[in-house]
Amino acid sequence: MKYVNQPVQKKDAMALVTGQPVYTDDIAPDNCLIVKVLRSPYANAWVEEIRTGTAEQVSGIACILTYKDVPKKRFTLAGQTDPELSPADRYILDRHLRFVGDAVAIVAGETEAAVDKALKRIKVNYRVEAPVLDFHKAKDNPILVHPEEDWLSKVPVGADNKRNLCASNVEEKGDVDAVLSSCKYRIERTYRTKANQQTMMETFRACCYMDYFGRLNVLSSTQIPFHVKRILGNALDIPASKIRVIKPRIGGGFGAKQTAVCEIYPAIVTWKTGRPSKIVYSRYESMICSSPRHEMEIRVRAGADENGIIKALDVYTLSNGGAYGEHSPTTVGLSGHKSIALYRHTEAYRFSYDVVYTNLQAAGAYRGYGATQGIYAVESAVNELSEIMGMDPVKVRELNMPVEGGPLPAYGDVPYATSCSMDRCLVRAKEMMNWDDKYPARDMGNGKVRGVGVAMAMQGSSIACVDVGGASLKLNEDGSYTLALGCTDMGTGCDTILSQMAAECLETPLENVNAFGVDTDISPYDSGSYASATTYTTGNAVIKACEELREKILAFGAEMLGTEPESAEFDGEFVISGESRVSLKEIAGKSTCGSSRELQVTSSYSSEISPPPFMIGMAEVEVDKETGSVEVLDYVAVVDCGTPVNPNLARVQTEGGIAQGIGMALYEDVQYNEKGKIRNNSFMQYKIPSRQDIGKIRVEFESSYEKSGPFGAKSIGELVIDTPCPAIANAIHNATGLYVRELPITPEKIAMGLWEKEEKAE
Amino acid sequence: MKISFWLNGVYCHEEVEPGVMLLDFLREKGCASVKRGCETANCGLCTVLMDEKPVLSCSVLAVRADGKKIVTMEGMQREAEEFGSFLAQEGAEQCGFCNPGFIMNVFAMLKEIKEPTEEQIKEYLSGNLCRCSGFVSQTRSILKFLKYKKAQEGAV
Amino acid sequence: MLKIKNYVKAKSLAEAYELNQKKTACILGGMVWLKMSDRTVSTAIDISGLGLDTITETEEEFVIGAMTSLRDLETDSGLERYTKGAVKESLRHIVGVQFRNCATVGGSIFGRFGFSDVLTMFLAMDTWVELYDKGRIPLSEFAQMKKDRDVLVNVIVKKTPLSVCYLSQRNTKTDFPVLTCAVSLVGEEARTVIGARPARPVIVGDEKGILKNFKYLSKEKKKEAAKVFAEYAAEKVKTGSNMRASAEYRTLLVKVLTKRAWEAVGGMTDED
Repeated sequence: MKYVNQPVQKKDAMALVTGQPVYTDDIAPDNCLIVKVLRSPYANAWVEEIRTGTAEQVSGIACILTYKDVPKKRFTLAGQTDPELSPADRYILDRHLRFVGDAVAIVAGETEAAVDKALKRIKVNYRVEAPVLDFHKAKDNPILVHPEEDWLSKVPVGADNKRNLCASNVEEKGDVDAVLSSCKYRIERTYRTKANQQTMMETFRACCYMDYFGRLNVLSSTQIPFHVKRILGNALDIPASKIRVIKPRIGGGFGAKQTAVCEIYPAIVTWKTGRPSKIVYSRYESMICSSPRHEMEIRVRAGADENGIIKALDVYTLSNGGAYGEHSPTTVGLSGHKSIALYRHTEAYRFSYDVVYTNLQAAGAYRGYGATQGIYAVESAVNELSEIMGMDPVKVRELNMPVEGGPLPAYGDVPYATSCSMDRCLVRAKEMMNWDDKYPARDMGNGKVRGVGVAMAMQGSSIACVDVGGASLKLNEDGSYTLALGCTDMGTGCDTILSQMAAECLETPLENVNAFGVDTDISPYDSGSYASATTYTTGNAVIKACEELREKILAFGAEMLGTEPESAEFDGEFVISGESRVSLKEIAGKSTCGSSRELQVTSSYSSEISPPPFMIGMAEVEVDKETGSVEVLDYVAVVDCGTPVNPNLARVQTEGGIAQGIGMALYEDVQYNEKGKIRNNSFMQYKIPSRQDIGKIRVEFESSYEKSGPFGAKSIGELVIDTPCPAIANAIHNATGLYVRELPITPEKIAMGLWEKEEKAE
Repeated sequence: MKISFWLNGVYCHEEVEPGVMLLDFLREKGCASVKRGCETANCGLCTVLMDEKPVLSCSVLAVRADGKKIVTMEGMQREAEEFGSFLAQEGAEQCGFCNPGFIMNVFAMLKEIKEPTEEQIKEYLSGNLCRCSGFVSQTRSILKFLKYKKAQEGAV
Repeated sequence: MLKIKNYVKAKSLAEAYELNQKKTACILGGMVWLKMSDRTVSTAIDISGLGLDTITETEEEFVIGAMTSLRDLETDSGLERYTKGAVKESLRHIVGVQFRNCATVGGSIFGRFGFSDVLTMFLAMDTWVELYDKGRIPLSEFAQMKKDRDVLVNVIVKKTPLSVCYLSQRNTKTDFPVLTCAVSLVGEEARTVIGARPARPVIVGDEKGILKNFKYLSKEKKKEAAKVFAEYAAEKVKTGSNMRASAEYRTLLVKVLTKRAWEAVGGMTDED
C-alpha cells in the first residue's frame, strides 16, 4: 500500500512544531470577557445566602451568576450518545455543593484582575454538612450526595440516588462458585487503584460568542463537539440547533475532554450577556474539579485446574464516582468485560459491581476507561495464582490467552476473537525481553535486584451498535479533495491517518486530500474521539465515502467520454474508456459548470461489533531493597492493533500510553485530606513522569488482520495504558517477593513492606 | 513602568505593570507560541530564552526583561522548522502544545552541550513535560537531528 | 495570587535594606516560589542590578552572590572541584534547567525551606551568610533564625579541607525530596545534615563520638562506625509525615542514607 501502513508525517506537524497559534486560547477573540468560577471550600454544603452586590460594583464586571440564574433542569456533562447512560445530576450552578471545588458562582469581567477582585467580594453563607468521603461506606449511607427529587437516570443501570448508587449490576455465566470449588488452585485477592489525572498539557478551555444569526458559537478544546452541542442545549435549556461547536487543535485529551468540563460557564455568560467570553482553567482547577480516572477496589477470585487452565473468574468492582456521575455507569463495565475476556477457557464467571457517589471530585473518562483498573486486578491475580501453581506466568498466558476464532468470555461486543495474534505477541515479547534468562529476578549484588514481569491486555474498537463515524468527501474544482470529519484529532493524528486511508482509496497523492474538522455546522455527525473508535469507525466511514465518490466520479467521467460507467474505469487520475480518457481535474472542473450532479458524499458508519486489539507488556525493573526505589529499566510492548495505519503514530501512541501507565503504577495518586480537599493540586505536588523517569520503551507490532476494520485495522489509543500496572507490579514482586496490592507502588510501600517482612523473619 | 528590551531581535520600548509576568506579557505581544501548562514552574511549556539562557517566563517578572534579549519561537522559525521536522518524522510532536517550550530548551541545550549523550539530554530537558509521547520519540528525534547536524558539518 | 504594587530596582544595598524594612515589602529572588504565594507586595525590591549574581573564588573561600542562579551554582567548576560533585548532585534534581536558571541561591537559603536540597548541602560545609545589617554569621545559626527584614547579600563557603557526600530520596526524579542527607568531614569535624524531614534540615551532632577520628579508621571500622551512627541518627532525628511519605519511612531513610553517605565519605562504595 502506498499510504496506509506508512509512517507519513502528520499533516499539521509543521504548524505545531513551529508554535503557530492554532489552539483555543490562541484564536479566541481579543475582546472576550474573562470567565471564572467561585468554588466551594466544603465537600458537602448548601448555599444559604449569596450576596454579589459589592462584587458587581467592581469596575469591569459584566455579570455574576448564582444558582438563582440557571435553568432548573438536570443534565450530565458526559460525552456519550443520547440517551446518556450517565445520570442527569447537575445544574450549571446548584445550591447544594457536593465536593471541594464545586461551582458556587460564575463571574465574568473585562479583565482577569477585575474578575479576581469580584470573586473575593462575593459573600456566601454556607450550611456545612458532614460529607461522605470513604467510598467503602458510601452505599446506603444516610448522607446522600444526591438527595434531590429531580435526579434522573435515563437508562436502567441499577442506579439509585437514595442509596448513593450510580450504577450496580451482576452479570453471570455458569455456576462460578461450583467451578471455583472444583479448581485445584484458587486465589482471592483485593486490589486497589487510585484516581489519576489525565494532565494533558493544555488545560480545559472554551470560548463563546454570538454570531449574526443569534446562535451561540462555542470554540472548545474538546473530544466531543457534537455531544457538547447537545449538552449545552440541555444545560441552557435551549434548542441544540441554536448552538454551533468548533474544535480547533487540541493540546491533548486522554479522555478528560470527553466530559464537557468547562463549556457551560462561558456558554451561559455569552448567552445571557450577548458578549464573547472565555474560560481557561488553571492547572489547579484542572486538578481539583475536572474528570480523573475512577478510583476502584477490585476483588478477584480465580481458579485453575492442575494444568494451569483458568476455569473460573469472579470479579467484584467497587468504583468511586465522586460527586457527579459522568461516565460512572459505563467505565465500571470495562473493569470486568475486558479483563475476564482475556481467559478463554473460563467456564463460569461472575462480574458484579457497585458505583457509588461520594463527596469527592467527580471521576470521568481516562484512557483505558475502567479496563485499566480491571486488567491490573485480574492480571495481578493471575500472576499471584501462577506463583501458587509454581508456573511461569508467561506459561500461564500461553495456555489461557485469547486466540483467533476463540471465545472472549464476558465480552459482549463480539462473540469471538475475529482477529488475534496475541500468541505471536507473546513469543516476540519473550524474545525481546530475554524472559527465560531474566525470569524471575537477578540479584545485582549491590543491594539492588532486577525483576521482570508480564501482563496481557485487550480493549475494544468503538462502542458496538452505538458509536457513529462520519466522513464527508468532496471533489473540489481543482481536482483536490476535502475530507470533512467530525471526529476529533487531539494530537493523535486522526486527521492524517484518515487522509491516508482516503488517499489510498482514491489513488491520489496524500497532499491532494485536505482534512477538515471539526465544526458541528459543517462536519458530518461523529460521536467524537473516544472509546478507541476513530480509526476503526470513522476509518470505515471514510472508506465508504471514498467508494461512493469513486463511483460518482466514474459515472461523471464516463458521461464526459460518452460511455457507460460499466465500460470505463477510474485509476485515481483519469477515467479511462478504451483509448479515450478524461482527467480528474477536467471532471472536477466540469462538475462546477452546468452540472446538476454533485461530486460529494457523506457517509456514516457504525459497527455491530467491537473487535479488540491485544497486547503483551513486559517490564524489567530494578529495586533498591533498602530505599524501595524502583527504576523501570526496560519496557517491552508487542501490540496487535490489526494493521497499523501509521506505524509511527501507532508507536508513539504506545510509548505515550506506557509512560502514563508507569506513572499510574509508581506514583500518580490523587490524595485527599480528611475534609475532602485535594492535596496534590498542582504539577508541583502531582508528579507525572518526567523523561528521566522513563527508561527504555521498546514497541513492536505483530499485526493480525481485522476483516471488519479499515485496511485490517483495529484500535490502539486506550489499549496501551493497560499493561504497565500489572506488569510492573509483577516485576517488583519477582524482584522482592513482595505483593503490593494498592497502586501506586511507591518506594515507601516497598521499603516498609520489605522491612516488615524482615522483622517477621527475625 | 517603562522597559526597553529586544524581543526576537527587535528593540522595543514598552510600558508594563509591575506584577505582570513575562509569559502573559509575551502572549499579549503576539507570541502565541509561549504556552502556560501550570502555575507552579513545573512544566516547561513557557520556556523562552533570556540573554541566551532558557528561563520559565511564568516566573520572570516582565520588568526584569529590561535591557535583556528575549527570544521566543516566533524569533526562531527557521531553526524550529529544521529541528521540528525531525520531531515530525517520528510523530513525536503529537498534540504540539508542549513543543515550543521543549524545542526552545533543546536549542538552549545544544548551545551549552555540543554533543549531548542520551543521559545528558534526559537531564537537561527533564523540566519539559509531555503527556502524549512518553518522551522516547522526542529523544529519538534529537539523536537523529544530532547525527544530521554532524554529517552536515562533516560535509562542509 | 501574587500582587505587586510597586517595583523598585535597587541602586544600592542600603536602598534595598531601607525599602525592605516595611513589612509588606519583599526582596525578589528568582520568583519561582514567591509567584505562587497569595499575597500583596507593596514594594518588590529587585537587587539583580547589584552584581550579586557571581561566584568568586579566592584562596580561602567561595563568595556566592545572593542572586546567583542555582544553575550557575550547579555548573561552577570551582565548587564542583571542591565538593567533588556534591553541590551539583544536590541541585540537578530540582525540577529542570530552566527552573534552576530562575531560582537563586539567596532565595533558596533565605527561604529556609524544609525541603531545601541547597540548605542541606550548604549546612554540610563551612558556610556563612553575609547579611547587610548583621554581617557574617554561620549558616547553621542563620538556619535556626526566624525570617527578619535583613538582606542576604552573599553566601560564603570557606575552603576548609572537605570530604562530602550528598544523597536524596525522591519519589520521582524531579520531585521534592522525601529526605535529604549530606554528610561531611569539615577538617576534622564530622557533620551529618538531614533535611526534608519534612521540616527544616538539622545537623545531627555526634555526641557519642561514634565518628571520632573517622578519617583514620580502618575500612572495617569505618563501615561499622557508619552503621552505628546511622542507627543513632535514625533515633535522634525527628521526622514527620506529609503526602510524600510517612514519618516511619523517613526514619528508615535517615538510617539508609546516613549509612550510605558515611560509607561514601569513608571511600567505600558498592564496588569495593
